[in-house]
Amino acid sequence: MSAPAIRIKGLKKNFGASEIIRGVDLDIHRGERHAIIGPNGAGKSTLFHLISARLPVSSGTIELKGENVVGLKPFEINRRGLSRSFQITNIFHNLSVFENLRCAVLWSLGYRYSFWQRLAGLADARQRAEAVMEDIGLGKRRDTPAGILSYAEQRALEIGITIASGADVILLDEPTAGMSNTETEEAVALIRRVTEGKTLVMVEHDMGVVFGLADRISVLVYGQVIATDAPAAIRCNAAVQEAYLGTSLNHD
Amino acid sequence: MEFVAISLLNGITYGLLLFMLSSGLTLIFSMMGILNFAHASFYMLGAYFAYQISSWVGFWPGLLVAPLLVGAVGAAVERYGLRRAHRFGHVAELLFTFGLAFVVEEVVHLIWGKVAVDYRIPAELDGTLFTLFDTSFPIYKGFMMLISVGMLVALYALLTRTRIGLIIQAALTKPDMVEALGHNVPRIFMLVFGGGTALAGLAGVIGGNAFVTEPGMAAAVGSIVFVIVVVGGLGSLGGAFVASLLIGCIQTFSVALSISITDVFALAGVSLPAGSQVARLTITQLAPVLPYLLMVAILIFRPRGLMGARES
Amino acid sequence: MSSRLVTRSRLLLWGGCLALALALPLVFKSGFLISLLCQMGIMVVFSLSYNMLLGQTGLLSFGHAVYYGLGAFATMHTLNAIGKDGGPLVVALLPAVGACAGLAGGVLLGYVTTRKAGTTFAMITLGIGELVAACSLMFPGVFGGEGGVSGNRVIGKESFLGFTWGPQVEMYGLIVLWAFVCTVAMFALTQTPLGRMANAVRDNPERAEFVGYDTERVRLLMVILSGMFAGAAGGLTALNYEIVTAETLNAHTSGVVLLMTFVGGIGFFYGPIIGAILITVMQIVIGGMTHAWLLYFGLFFLFMVLKAPGGIASLIAVQRNLWNAGLFGRMLPHYLAMALPVLILLAGLVGLVELTYALLAGEGVGAGDTATKVLGMQLKLGSPAPWVTALAVTGTGLILTRWIGNRAGAAWNAALATLHGDKA
Repeated sequence: MSAPAIRIKGLKKNFGASEIIRGVDLDIHRGERHAIIGPNGAGKSTLFHLISARLPVSSGTIELKGENVVGLKPFEINRRGLSRSFQITNIFHNLSVFENLRCAVLWSLGYRYSFWQRLAGLADARQRAEAVMEDIGLGKRRDTPAGILSYAEQRALEIGITIASGADVILLDEPTAGMSNTETEEAVALIRRVTEGKTLVMVEHDMGVVFGLADRISVLVYGQVIATDAPAAIRCNAAVQEAYLGTSLNHD
Repeated sequence: MEFVAISLLNGITYGLLLFMLSSGLTLIFSMMGILNFAHASFYMLGAYFAYQISSWVGFWPGLLVAPLLVGAVGAAVERYGLRRAHRFGHVAELLFTFGLAFVVEEVVHLIWGKVAVDYRIPAELDGTLFTLFDTSFPIYKGFMMLISVGMLVALYALLTRTRIGLIIQAALTKPDMVEALGHNVPRIFMLVFGGGTALAGLAGVIGGNAFVTEPGMAAAVGSIVFVIVVVGGLGSLGGAFVASLLIGCIQTFSVALSISITDVFALAGVSLPAGSQVARLTITQLAPVLPYLLMVAILIFRPRGLMGARES
Repeated sequence: MSSRLVTRSRLLLWGGCLALALALPLVFKSGFLISLLCQMGIMVVFSLSYNMLLGQTGLLSFGHAVYYGLGAFATMHTLNAIGKDGGPLVVALLPAVGACAGLAGGVLLGYVTTRKAGTTFAMITLGIGELVAACSLMFPGVFGGEGGVSGNRVIGKESFLGFTWGPQVEMYGLIVLWAFVCTVAMFALTQTPLGRMANAVRDNPERAEFVGYDTERVRLLMVILSGMFAGAAGGLTALNYEIVTAETLNAHTSGVVLLMTFVGGIGFFYGPIIGAILITVMQIVIGGMTHAWLLYFGLFFLFMVLKAPGGIASLIAVQRNLWNAGLFGRMLPHYLAMALPVLILLAGLVGLVELTYALLAGEGVGAGDTATKVLGMQLKLGSPAPWVTALAVTGTGLILTRWIGNRAGAAWNAALATLHGDKA
């Protein structure tokens, strides 16, 4: 059997004296949809930042498909097939929707730093960007600068940029944050569609989204994973209920 | 020994002067995120204002009034220029200060002409403070040290002992939070900018007559101050202090050393092929490039600077 | 978007520009004007290369003249080394040597400068610029010391297709050809993966890293390529003036190219072309009229930073949008109404500056002379009359500008609101 998509062992991260991630061990299987939940300040986003190398790891290892990726740069990890989205929308504001997506596919199609090929002549890049653009429902906004899209459209574009490169491990950081109910439903359908056959790890606060989408759930409390299991089992887990769900689920 | 002692004293004097510039620059940068390209222009204005005032009423009133005038000009620049440029982002701010440096130099040309003005050390400070071995140490150098150290102590007290100082320190790290607590951050910015430029003006007042007061002085000092800020680490006052003294000493020592590169390598037991242009250069000739070489070395081996906390 | 390399409209536009540039000497025959045109052509290449950094990659450099100067010196030394052995064809190709030198400089210095972006990059380029400028004075053998290095672009006895490059007008033709080739190449670069990723790195370096790009590498490549084009411009300047001094690579030259590019407009490919042409004309025409031209230039720049950060190109683009929306006619009377008070204000300000200049730093007349010629008028500087007049004119201009400006501003905002309302 091949190595898991992501294997985290003894991961720690401290900012100065305060330890935010306090020894996380976690396996993400290939092809599963895995949600990470936990109360505010539990370190969910920090965990994502560590996996994607946005923040340096203090100690521990992170293996991506069997390879230790601690110490690599973000672009090196991306090139190994891991792509992530951001909680706060992170797009190319002055470029059009189409250009945003085309930028996201260029590296994976092997165009690297080419300055001898013309973009307009790269049919595969155009087709892939257009396909993603239709997928995320922004076909009509093709030439609109990303900076003036509506919030929901920007969130969709954020997901589009993340999946466009065809990476097989996708990290989504609160993809439905700040959305209305209808928008959330559309976003869930979109996520389900575009991550088909891929490994998905997501941080999410909306329990409807989590229990509807995830195959397995990990609960992160104060920088430690207190449980990892199927949604039904998580729901019944006493420790989880005590630490987290007991208060939060009733509200949602 | 004698050479080392005197050069060290000179270097520290010059370094302290540089720190008066780099501390203001660092404060402004950390608070407002603006790299004030025109900072050395305020240094120049300080020298010229002091020259003009001392030609009317003498040196001592100028010592007090010129920095205040420069600070007022600085505050006005922040209020009516930078604050507007801020809307268009950091590049626009940087470009604004760049244009300002350009304009200040031209205005100086316009008013005081293109050649150096006769800004002199006052007679009561003209003389020898003490004689070390056989070299005399002028009173004015001592006076410069006194003023710089006094200014630094005052600055330190202001930052650590007063309410406004605490707010400034807080705003250095968390500007949003400070604003959320109800402090008028724009006004603090204006004060910091005015204060930083006044500090630069004071450096001009005491540096202008020790060195030379001419329209090129801003450009000459300006790039050195930038080197200091990069070497010390962007936004670090401590780093700026260390780097100022370091660069001050490097420059005074290297100007005084007349041995050539060949001699330096000879000391290390390496003999260079004679006759090449590089080998014949003396350390004195190298003096102008040494700070920049230091900067390049720092960038390669320690990109965040000597004491820099943040990577930007 | 057309995927064909050469469309008819593109061919017409570029061909038209080339034909126009080549035909200009037929109208502007005087030696002075042809020299001016030569300078413009060189500056167009230089400022376009600068905009590869500032506009396209978001890198504010204060040391771009380094590459320009290296290109100029390399070209001049090659020219002198070839001496009698070469011919006009070799001379015509020499700017390529400058381009190589600029490229080499970009590889070497770019490694140090591109480790950081943003403000730090700006400071480092300033330091590197000073480093190279200081070095240039240390090695008079290479950089010619104070006097610079000179040469003669007419070498060999034969001509190439009738050209020796001796007459200025032939040199102009050579500059136009090089400028055209460089401009086309730089435009083509904006349409490549690297060119687009440079935009991406400018907009959001973090995201660029998370789609697989090493932002340092993107910046480095852009610095190298931009250095190459700057080097070619330097090569042209060496051939054009037949002398290269250390000033070619100092901070002043770096500053001028920054001003040109910004004033022209960094958001549009053609912006720097406008800036280069306009500033070169200002430099030579206004510079010939008054010693205070650098002050006017600086004030103009500050005005642009505060009021029109998109540069002239963006102003043109807005007018075109207004025109397309049929709103231009509505604004035109306001523009015309603004022209008069602005002119009065400018006249007053210029009067004040010129009077001060004549009084304090006048050249030709000793500073402090009481009577002198200002702008062709014989004025008594000691008497209050000229000063009062200038102040009165400035005041009038100021009041009128504010008064009419407020109305025009309101109309402008209304027009823009309509324009954007139509779009949304």
